[in-house]
Amino acid sequence: MDPRFKVSNREALMGIGLAVLNFIWWYAFAYGLGGKPVKEYQYIWGLPAWFFYSCVAGFVVFSILVYVMVKVFFKEVPFEEDHFQETKGEEK
Amino acid sequence: MSWDVLLPLLGFLLLMFLAGIYTARQVNEGPGFLKDYFLGGRQLGGFVLALTMVATYGSASSFIGGPGIAYNMGLGWVLLSMAQLVTGYFTLAVLGKKFAIVARKIDAVTLIDFLKARYENKWVVIFAAASISIFLFSATAAQWVGGGRLIESFTGVSYPTALIIFSFSVLVYVVAGGFRAVVITDTLMGIVMFIGTLIILAATIMAGGGVPHIISTLSAENPNLITPFGADRSLTPLYVSSFWLLVGVGVVGLPQITVRAMSYRNSKAMHQAMIIGTFVVGFIMLGMHLTGVFARVVIPGIKVGDTVMPLLALKVLPGWLAGVVLAAPLAAVMSTVNSILLIVSSSIVKDVYINYIKPDASQQSVKRLSFSVTTIIGVLVFLMALHPPDLLIWLNLFSFGGLEAAFIWPVVLGLYWKKGNAAGAGGSIVGGVVSYILLDQLAPNLWGMHTVVLPVAISLAAYIVLSLLFQKNTENELSRQNII
Repeated sequence: MDPRFKVSNREALMGIGLAVLNFIWWYAFAYGLGGKPVKEYQYIWGLPAWFFYSCVAGFVVFSILVYVMVKVFFKEVPFEEDHFQETKGEEK
Repeated sequence: MSWDVLLPLLGFLLLMFLAGIYTARQVNEGPGFLKDYFLGGRQLGGFVLALTMVATYGSASSFIGGPGIAYNMGLGWVLLSMAQLVTGYFTLAVLGKKFAIVARKIDAVTLIDFLKARYENKWVVIFAAASISIFLFSATAAQWVGGGRLIESFTGVSYPTALIIFSFSVLVYVVAGGFRAVVITDTLMGIVMFIGTLIILAATIMAGGGVPHIISTLSAENPNLITPFGADRSLTPLYVSSFWLLVGVGVVGLPQITVRAMSYRNSKAMHQAMIIGTFVVGFIMLGMHLTGVFARVVIPGIKVGDTVMPLLALKVLPGWLAGVVLAAPLAAVMSTVNSILLIVSSSIVKDVYINYIKPDASQQSVKRLSFSVTTIIGVLVFLMALHPPDLLIWLNLFSFGGLEAAFIWPVVLGLYWKKGNAAGAGGSIVGGVVSYILLDQLAPNLWGMHTVVLPVAISLAAYIVLSLLFQKNTENELSRQNII
């Protein structure tokens, strides 16, 4: 297999992993904190805590996580250079 | 509307027009015309890639419709809209380098080129081209109506005149400049959308007397407005979560987004685009929908959701700034229709005409055909938008979910699962589209989830089961050459 595909497969899985984490973060804060009666709500910067953590902090945290994921784990591979000849005829 | 509002708006239209025309002059005259016209010669850098993806994805609903609903539903709708944060990185990460590399190896210019090489089956290509043409044509016509209405409401000219202004400002550069003109104007529009969001959010918070005051006023009016469940407690966790599929991860199946994942220059561009795209899409979605909720305190008692944002802009901003902010939804509509127009045109010229009707067409005639098909589609859309038929509105409602149900699995599994084959892909496209339309008619939001969820599951099942049943047909050129 084209060695660049190994890189790509791993990065695709990381993208899915990050999306799953993103969903859990979003869901847990929204319905964990937001499910309580409104009287018991706490507020951060004037916003209900559930909303602050789930949407505002979630936006900031996942923007940073994308940055970290890309900078630390994603590899640069060439696109144009043709690996076609090398891989031709190899077994799957 | 007064001139100080109108001038920035008209200036914006003019700027888009000039930028489009300027780029149009660079369209390749040489043998790479098709790749250049429909794909910008695979030369997009990170910033442009991020902005064109965000702008193509963000439509009138992000700036007008969505905030209007948030006005009525409260913070629960902002929560729902944040499912879109994931679109900033998910599509590029999942299609990833593999899609870019494969597209180069097989010289794919459109999504259908990829499907054709991957499945080597006439029916898969025809089903795919038909789904794209029908759904996207209706989607673009409906956005066209929206664009005309926006200009009509801002300027006070009649709807047909507004539609002519809108069509002219979009069509000329799309026809002449193709993909390159589209992404450059998209980038400018993305910037306008970002700045517009920043201005209106800040101005609304100030006009409302600060966030704590706004939230306590909302809570006093109806405590449900500040819960995740919506003003009438109709937003169940399951229903809201199902939007992660419709407007979040499912976007990976939209052809106008997918084509961008084969258009970038190198790995670095893709990396940058993920970082910038996530930030920009998150900021716009959070900012605009939150503004919609806050507007309830600043301009209470508005009945029609779609009028919230225009009225708010005029109320909290000086005229010329309101003009800048109101250019944002117009930018969102224009940047969506220009890409869709090009996709429909490419699927007719490239996928049907060159593939099946005249494979040996000369460069010159392909070029003439590309220009004229794009023009004809544009004019057809314009005529449809003048008196939108009911069928059009009906089809447009399906376009997002229908395309996702059709294409997610043939694209993603086609890329990563060797055993996938034409039987699976064909079944997946047909099964997804048909089950989506049937469910929408017979049992919308079945089991409390958005209608798109089940068809995507059915489409997945069809892909896997049919692929496994017809395994002996799986071997093809791509797998023999180890490209997949």
